[in-house]
Amino acid sequence: MAMQDILFEFLHHEIVSYLKSKPNKEEEDVSELEYMGFACGFRIVERLTKDWPRFKEELDILKFLCTDFWSSIYQRQVDNLRTNHQGMYVLCDNDFRLLTKISDGNQYLEYAPLYVTFTCGLIRGALANLGITCIVHSEVHSMPACRFNIQVQKS
Amino acid sequence: MARQATKLDTKKVNAELFTLTYGALVTRLLKDYENIDDVNKQLERMGYNIGVRLIEDFLARTNSGRCVDFRDTSEKIQQAFRTYLSVFPQITNWSTANDEFSLIFETNPLTEFVELPDHCLNLKYNNILPGVLRGACEMVQMEVTSWFVQDQLKGDNVTELRIKFVKKLEDAIPVGED
Repeated sequence: MAMQDILFEFLHHEIVSYLKSKPNKEEEDVSELEYMGFACGFRIVERLTKDWPRFKEELDILKFLCTDFWSSIYQRQVDNLRTNHQGMYVLCDNDFRLLTKISDGNQYLEYAPLYVTFTCGLIRGALANLGITCIVHSEVHSMPACRFNIQVQKS
Repeated sequence: MARQATKLDTKKVNAELFTLTYGALVTRLLKDYENIDDVNKQLERMGYNIGVRLIEDFLARTNSGRCVDFRDTSEKIQQAFRTYLSVFPQITNWSTANDEFSLIFETNPLTEFVELPDHCLNLKYNNILPGVLRGACEMVQMEVTSWFVQDQLKGDNVTELRIKFVKKLEDAIPVGED
């Protein structure tokens, strides 16, 4: 296990608690976090895919995201990727790293959205850099499982 | 884990993600606070919170015991930098009283993608590190302060972090307990 990952985890928690401590409305915090994730995702993918063979189609990109990208950041692959072949993708991670240390079950469920928002942004940023414009929503029904819905915008 | 056949260097990806996330945070703070000193303070505070937790991980990972003196501590700190940030700072410039030393960084992963714009010269970009050290040492009953003497971001050749031992903290017994 890489050592840096724990630093990222702590930093992420600090960022969330910093934004929570500000007298902002929750929506502002969420969009702020999402944007930070977007900026990171956009930049990191630029570097990761530098020597990567060109992706053939949208699904290839999504697969890259669920396997290589996910496993290097969250230490595990996405458990499940589903699509309706019309631009809708659903990623399921049953043991999402940023939630495992917070709660196991439904207690504190109200705080869960704040801890997955950064990742929503990260996905959106990563895909944006690979040429896919999309909207990402997250759903948490029971921690530490988490679901990301990706709706690709057709231009 | 099913297939582990990723071509990506996991360690590097995580390090870069950390660097980028930290950068995004500093940018955010600069937007939130008008005064750059407040940004420095906030970074230090966040570092403190991280350090308080990080020391536990460090002790668990390294199995290290009690330090005999501050020189021993300095080596532990060096080891921590190696473990978590993969940098190899040099320990030098001990004060005669053996209570102060410098860590010299030739590379600094935090600033890998960073250039300071002219209006941010007061910004202590790395100020999270002194916070981490303060938090971590406090949890092992030591009060230390640290500050940057040289910084590559500001045009110096190396980054130098000076660390000073302040005092040993005694366990305070809560009121009403013997």
